[in-house]
Amino acid sequence: MTATAERRPATTIFRRPRSTTGFWAWITTADHKKIGIMYGYAAFIFFLVGGLEALLLRIQLSAADNTFLTAAEYNAAFTMHGTTMVFLFVMPISAAFINYLLPLMIGARDVAFPRMNALSWWIFLFAGIFLYSVLVFSDPAAPVGVEGVAGNLDPADNTVLGGMPDGGWFGYQPNAGPFYSPGTAMDYWALGVQFLGLASLISSVNFIVTIFNMRALGMRLLRMPVFVWMSLVVALLLLFSLPIIAIALFMVTFDRQFGSLFFVAEAGGDPILWQHLFWLFGHPEVYILILPAMGIVSEVLPVFSKKPLFGYAAVVFAGAAIAFLGFGVWAHHMFASGISPVAQAAFGLSTMTIAVPTGVKIFNWMGTMWGGRIKFTTPMLFAIGFVAMFVIGGLSGVTHAVVPSDWQQTDTYYIVAHFHYVLFGGSVFGIFSGLYYWFPKMTGRLLNEKLGKLNFWTMFTGFNLTFAPMHWLGLQGMVRRTAYYPPEAGFDFWNLVATVGAFIIAAGVLIFMFNWWRSKKHGEPSGIDPWDARTVEWTTPNPTPEYNFGVAPTVTGLDDFWHKKYAEDSEGRPVRRPEAEETLTDLMETGIDPPHPIHLPAPSYYPILLAAGIPLVGWGIIYHTSFVGKLLILVGVLVVASASFGWSMEPLEEPHDEHDDSDPLGGGYSSVEVDD
Amino acid sequence: MIWRHLGRLIRPLIRWGSLVALTVFGLAACSLVEIEDAPLTTFEPAGPFAERIDAVFWQVFWIAVVIFVVVEGGILLIVLLFRDREGRKDPRQIHGNNKLEITWTIIPALILTVIAVPTIQGVFDLTECGDDAMPVEIIGHQWWFEYRYPEHGIESASVLAMPIDREVCAYMTSADVLHNYWVPHLMGKRYLVPGQETTLRLQADEPAEYWGHCAEFCGLSHSLMRARVISMTQADFDAWVAEQQQYAVPPEPETPAEAGLRVFQEQGCTQCHTVDYGPDYQGTNLVADEFFNGPNLTHFASRSVFAGAILPREGQSWSDGLREWLANPPKVKPGSFMPNLDLTHQEIEDLIAWLDTLK
Amino acid sequence: MDAAAAMDHHDQHESTGIDHRKLGMWVFLSSEFLFFGALITNYLLYQGQAGFARPYPAEIYDIPFTSFSSFALLMSSLTMVLAHNALARHDQHATRTWLLATAMLGSVFLGGQVFEFTEFITVGAMKLTTNPAASAFYMLTGFHGFHVLLGILMLLTLYGISRRQGELSEASGLNLELVGLYWHFVDIIWIVIFTVVYLLASVPAGVG
Repeated sequence: MTATAERRPATTIFRRPRSTTGFWAWITTADHKKIGIMYGYAAFIFFLVGGLEALLLRIQLSAADNTFLTAAEYNAAFTMHGTTMVFLFVMPISAAFINYLLPLMIGARDVAFPRMNALSWWIFLFAGIFLYSVLVFSDPAAPVGVEGVAGNLDPADNTVLGGMPDGGWFGYQPNAGPFYSPGTAMDYWALGVQFLGLASLISSVNFIVTIFNMRALGMRLLRMPVFVWMSLVVALLLLFSLPIIAIALFMVTFDRQFGSLFFVAEAGGDPILWQHLFWLFGHPEVYILILPAMGIVSEVLPVFSKKPLFGYAAVVFAGAAIAFLGFGVWAHHMFASGISPVAQAAFGLSTMTIAVPTGVKIFNWMGTMWGGRIKFTTPMLFAIGFVAMFVIGGLSGVTHAVVPSDWQQTDTYYIVAHFHYVLFGGSVFGIFSGLYYWFPKMTGRLLNEKLGKLNFWTMFTGFNLTFAPMHWLGLQGMVRRTAYYPPEAGFDFWNLVATVGAFIIAAGVLIFMFNWWRSKKHGEPSGIDPWDARTVEWTTPNPTPEYNFGVAPTVTGLDDFWHKKYAEDSEGRPVRRPEAEETLTDLMETGIDPPHPIHLPAPSYYPILLAAGIPLVGWGIIYHTSFVGKLLILVGVLVVASASFGWSMEPLEEPHDEHDDSDPLGGGYSSVEVDD
Repeated sequence: MIWRHLGRLIRPLIRWGSLVALTVFGLAACSLVEIEDAPLTTFEPAGPFAERIDAVFWQVFWIAVVIFVVVEGGILLIVLLFRDREGRKDPRQIHGNNKLEITWTIIPALILTVIAVPTIQGVFDLTECGDDAMPVEIIGHQWWFEYRYPEHGIESASVLAMPIDREVCAYMTSADVLHNYWVPHLMGKRYLVPGQETTLRLQADEPAEYWGHCAEFCGLSHSLMRARVISMTQADFDAWVAEQQQYAVPPEPETPAEAGLRVFQEQGCTQCHTVDYGPDYQGTNLVADEFFNGPNLTHFASRSVFAGAILPREGQSWSDGLREWLANPPKVKPGSFMPNLDLTHQEIEDLIAWLDTLK
Repeated sequence: MDAAAAMDHHDQHESTGIDHRKLGMWVFLSSEFLFFGALITNYLLYQGQAGFARPYPAEIYDIPFTSFSSFALLMSSLTMVLAHNALARHDQHATRTWLLATAMLGSVFLGGQVFEFTEFITVGAMKLTTNPAASAFYMLTGFHGFHVLLGILMLLTLYGISRRQGELSEASGLNLELVGLYWHFVDIIWIVIFTVVYLLASVPAGVG
């Protein structure tokens, strides 16, 4: 075995980084928890950006014919609000949860490919920065309209904010194409989303392999926590839907940059093809956004009801069914597009079928709480809020499947109301539930409960105040994506209410941020098991040690941790085992002082380096007609190539290497020696 | 300490705050009645197709209301019944119940089957035009709708005139990007797709003026792409057609209108706008280039609104609307393809005088 | 090192018994199938539409020439298998030879594609910007060519490592298997493309 070290090529670009704390430790880390935390913070910052955009939109709409924003600014704000919330907030914060929790929940020390995991994160971050770099590089005075027949913009309407992408997060062609959105803004959008997709694709491969391959002994598939199941389903959805949007975005980039004619109607291109491709990705995407939150809720509800999840298998299969059906319903976004009546009927029916597994989930969550001993902690409040609000979003969703009625509702605020009930009342409430629930895992402290409840009630009130009136506005005929409405349209009052609601939500978010900031330092210490939890991730000390588990766990059933603490009496009620406290103490001790040396993924410079090359290529493509653009492409490709080279030359994480006693630090893992 | 005090302060605040919010919300909900004259509302169908959709909507709506009450009520009940109170025992550890799972799979499926029936019937009944429908071509432009009546040889813009009690089959396409034609009182929406043709059935029961709006995001001034439909009796419609088929009447010499026509010609407006003075006209006839297609102005003054049906504004006179528009079109409608020509006050007044002759 | 000690240290294991990277490659390739699926569908949608500016791709195919370069790519799958076999037999020299042969055959294919594109653009007067079918053709075959290029680079890297170290270690053996999986995938995709896009191509009625 000693020969291995000699055989290893000496060619490297960087020596392997050694920092374990401080700035460089974060830059070079391959630790799934550190990556998860970085994902979380970055996503939250983007949440604030997207929220700010939402507030701008709401201020503009608070009165008829308002002039707070110009039309260009309004269009840019709603485009970036959607893009940011979908791709830069909900997806990455789900990635944050999955990153942090997935290995812990299946009893693993890390994901299958720790460095690839770091790569995903850095690509995501750089893609987000790339997307927003449009603010710096945009040309606000870019012309509007067709080449040769330019539209006219009042000089006062040329603003920096208006120079952001303004073709909608859905980028409908040909409006977002080369002729009707000239300038570079939509190129930033198309390439930025492309890069974000790449990050998600790498993550999805990583998560799938991790779940299939790295489960602790005894962690059979049907013993995995529902959150892990939902992560798996999401990863599969990403795996099969991302290539489709990748192609579609390539087509747009080619149209815009290289003169291809995919969506140019004058040359025979088909603008509706874009919609098929976009929604073939876009509808699974909706489930990508909601399923992790459903997973979180499925973890939180049982813990605070003191009951196991009702119908575990049904919940899991319902999740999988939603995902599977989710690939067959995309055209319900296009009922008004002129597709044939047969297609409309078929997609109406397929859309209705999705309501069945969704209903199964809701009923099982209710079944979980039924007869329980419900503790209204903040995570539980958010989880119940999720269920209650998701029901509303689900019901309005069914009305979209009713095709004739959808002809009236589509492209109105009714739709905006619907998907915010699903994505805010659903996803965001689920995410906040998870943040409160797993905060101790990250910090060893609890978030303040009083502030938490205040946070929940403000957000809950603000949310309903904002989005419930939108149902009504939509049915009264308020069209989406409009910056202005005339006073006589009768939309003023409810728009004002919605705007007030939006600011109440903002207040809720501020309360949350204050709570987080304060509790991180001064929160009540959580101990190992603050919630009397059921799943394996709570068997390690809080905050989670670098190596996750002192001793790799062995699992004997669903909710393994719970059964270590509780037996059942003759009535089937839980009785705390006499040895429960001892078990916890044991876990605490072995968690802090692992009996054996543990191998951890070593940090590396290459993920961040490789990721850094990608936005360079992006800028290069946008400005490829100039010398600087060509240079940027070249530099970007060289950075990616050299980083890949250095990466492949960096010792592999081969298990055989790590057992090489003569070279304890030589393998892909560094060793942490801990005294017994 | 400070937290405990703050908590004591905050708790009633939350409780009463939510209560007040709910009350305000409820009261506000009652005031819904106040805006029932919303001109784009989907709740006042004025023709058979919209009525059919409305009927389907209410069927589904009431089913949804029942489900809403049952499920949300259930959640509320569960949460109240099983909250952790003093003396409450730890719950039985129930893992599931197959009978229940099957029940709550089948019941929603049955409800959906019930909903599916009117859905599918509606789709097939409402999508394709009837045989004896009157054809109208609708062409979407950034940001106005153009109407052509192939049976009558008429071109118009912004306002669609149609007879009552007769189906109009709109054959629609777009000259640039996607648009979406929507007159809620008469029918649901349908896209206008460049390079393709879509159809939409429209029919009105009573003579009235209805609002419409482009419903698909179509660029900078999507918000300002509106429409009007005027339904009239068959007799009125025939009269309207006869009027529209006339050529425009050239202005008398030495009038402001004649000066306006000159401004129109000198400023290059004819590049986009057509005014048809007929074959007998002595001067140059004003015919726009096919490529640069602005609204046909031959009967401009016969329309109730212009500039994508946004002007004149509520309470604004026709002339004031024109003054606002001609002074700086891109200011009224950002991105407008009609440029700011820096017209003088006198030129604008002359143009208005001339435009008023285009009855 | 005995097995028990290994268990102590090595508490990670593969639940499926398949190496992470191999499973990862399979998962990744399943996504790639949809990537090319979308590209091929896109081409099929546009190739049959009448009314485009001429020429359509199907009007200017040179089937014998493309058959030749397709054959080269097909053969490269064979040499890839031979390289894999050779490594299994610990025949390092043969492994290197077959690796190089695979890369060479791949390059022949790629060269053929460059030639084909040049011919289409200069002689056939079909550019990316000619019509949507042409756009779809170049995008599909171009992305496939890009995949071949990546494959060649990976093969040459393996070859380089083997030359440098004098042999391919056990770890690199897995790499060879992974590159092989990828290479076969790219090959299979080409078989589909060649059949569907070239051989079964038809020009819409009323054209040509």
